[in-house]
Amino acid sequence: MTAVDVKTPPATPVAPARRPRRLTPGRIVLVAVLTIAAIYFLVPVYWLIVATTKNNDSLYGSFGFWFDNPQLLHNLGNVFAYDRHIYLQWALNSLLYAGVGAVLATLFSAAAGFALAKYQFRGREAVFKFVLAGVLLPSTALALPLYLLFSKLHLTDTYWAVLIPSIVSPFGVYLCRIYAEASIPDSLLEAARVDGAGEERIFATLVLRIMTPALVTVFLFQFVHIWNNYFLPLVMLSDDRKYPITLGLVTWQQAADRVPELTQYTIGGAFVSVIPLAFAMLVLQRFWRTGLTEGSVKE
Amino acid sequence: MTTSSVKSAQPGAGDSARPTAPPKATGRRRTRRARPDRKAWLFLGPFLAVYLFAMIIPVFYAIYQSLLKVERSGPLGLGAPKVVFGGLDNYAIALQQDAFLEGFGRVLLFGIVQVPVMLLLSLVLALLLDQISDRWAGLMRATYFLPYGIPGVIATILWGFLYVPGISPITEMLGDLGFQPDFLGPDTVLWSIANIVIWEFAGYNMLIIVAQLKSVPQELYEAARIDGAGPWQIALRLKIPLVRPALILTCVFSIIGTMQLFAEPLVLKKIAPAVIPDYTPNLSAYFDAFSNANIYVAAAKSVILAVVAMVLSFGFLSLVTRKQRSER
Repeated sequence: MTAVDVKTPPATPVAPARRPRRLTPGRIVLVAVLTIAAIYFLVPVYWLIVATTKNNDSLYGSFGFWFDNPQLLHNLGNVFAYDRHIYLQWALNSLLYAGVGAVLATLFSAAAGFALAKYQFRGREAVFKFVLAGVLLPSTALALPLYLLFSKLHLTDTYWAVLIPSIVSPFGVYLCRIYAEASIPDSLLEAARVDGAGEERIFATLVLRIMTPALVTVFLFQFVHIWNNYFLPLVMLSDDRKYPITLGLVTWQQAADRVPELTQYTIGGAFVSVIPLAFAMLVLQRFWRTGLTEGSVKE
Repeated sequence: MTTSSVKSAQPGAGDSARPTAPPKATGRRRTRRARPDRKAWLFLGPFLAVYLFAMIIPVFYAIYQSLLKVERSGPLGLGAPKVVFGGLDNYAIALQQDAFLEGFGRVLLFGIVQVPVMLLLSLVLALLLDQISDRWAGLMRATYFLPYGIPGVIATILWGFLYVPGISPITEMLGDLGFQPDFLGPDTVLWSIANIVIWEFAGYNMLIIVAQLKSVPQELYEAARIDGAGPWQIALRLKIPLVRPALILTCVFSIIGTMQLFAEPLVLKKIAPAVIPDYTPNLSAYFDAFSNANIYVAAAKSVILAVVAMVLSFGFLSLVTRKQRSER
């Protein structure tokens, strides 16, 4: 882990041409545009923070961008207590789907990408093209076909129905192949073989370590992708105890005209679900950067 | 571990602007011994198995289902339903539904406007961030990227509250200024959805562009500066052409994303009557399968949608690469 953040700003010469910053009109416009953009991206989140602290009356009766009788803990307590702690169950489900799914997706992608990069075998290019086609296949257009197939196999409304499709990441294979090609020297593999290491051992001890930055990227991509996915669990699951947060919150939101306090719970639930991911985004966006261009080199 | 991964990480991160030629073992004949290459299938196996099961087979299964239809026997069609081969009937049914085609038109219009606006915003932000000090750039980058971590449906719930009069401080503020905006009306809701999608993905696309900008050697800018280029010229003549691959990539992903538009309209449907079940092709297929219980037509619609998305993204890719070739 520590290895990765060392590398982000590598060879760039330190602060090229550091001139004293003067307040030119150009700079004022620059800062103004960047600030307005920041406000735009933060407004819904800020509103969410304010709204989470309000009771149902002030939600409608007071100005949305300012606090009114804050009662954050009381509200959050309600969110968690409602319907036999179902929100907690949803959070755990989301973690399970995204966590397990992303770990397996990363491992499978790493192995496949490594094989495509470093072994010569018949059909290699064909397999690679076959995988690339999957990158361009729209995943939500797939959710319905998947549902049809899984219902034939009696897999719908199980944890597997969401987990299995989450493991597939053609884009992850693509990233891993490119990264493995660029970063794993053939001579290293040869040396390990000469030393008597088997292919599995080489993969587990050498390859996975060398590929860590790419794997972090694939893992994060897939984690966010699964966490944010809505269509797949929507078509697959009917038991609300198996729902991830996304699905659960929408059911609350949609039921709010029958059960008014659900509006408040939806807001509180959204607030809680945003905290860990927002924090992760802030911390991890620099890891992210490292692997992203890997995808854009195809020409 | 630390040293090895730090070192090996360099080529991947720094050189990524151009594809590194795979060090091919041609010319050098390897002695045939343990044949490690056989193990390739072992490593490919797990991925290929799940890929086939959860992506490829469903596609063919959907195609198969799209060719079936339910036929009722008996004189008045009241007999037991029977599934028979229907040829391309479902495709004909889907393509004759005006609402389904209008959904496609709506999504195309959406994409033609939303994708360029979003990518322009991402590009401008990326270029501007390149002009400020690293610390500020880091903070701003994180701020712009934040929405990507918020699931689309939750983003839609949030913006939904900001669109609905009575609860939204935005409509309240605009009302005080004398405006009566209707974010959820029949003419505006599509652009309200576009706003949500831009909000979610502009920062993510910006980050891809930033990553490409970072991979440009600084000497290039230095040289341009010595030749007398100002920041504007450097941005237009140097940086924008250099981030072209990133723009192409983000554009392809945006096209695919646009065609799949689903969660945002579905969630807004509750508060915006203008969002009908056929609002987007994906919604249309969903409602066919789950409300109208016609999975065969739904399958046909899914296939049409996937084909259109692939044709558009492939078409765009071949268009830009052909243009690139003729430029050279």
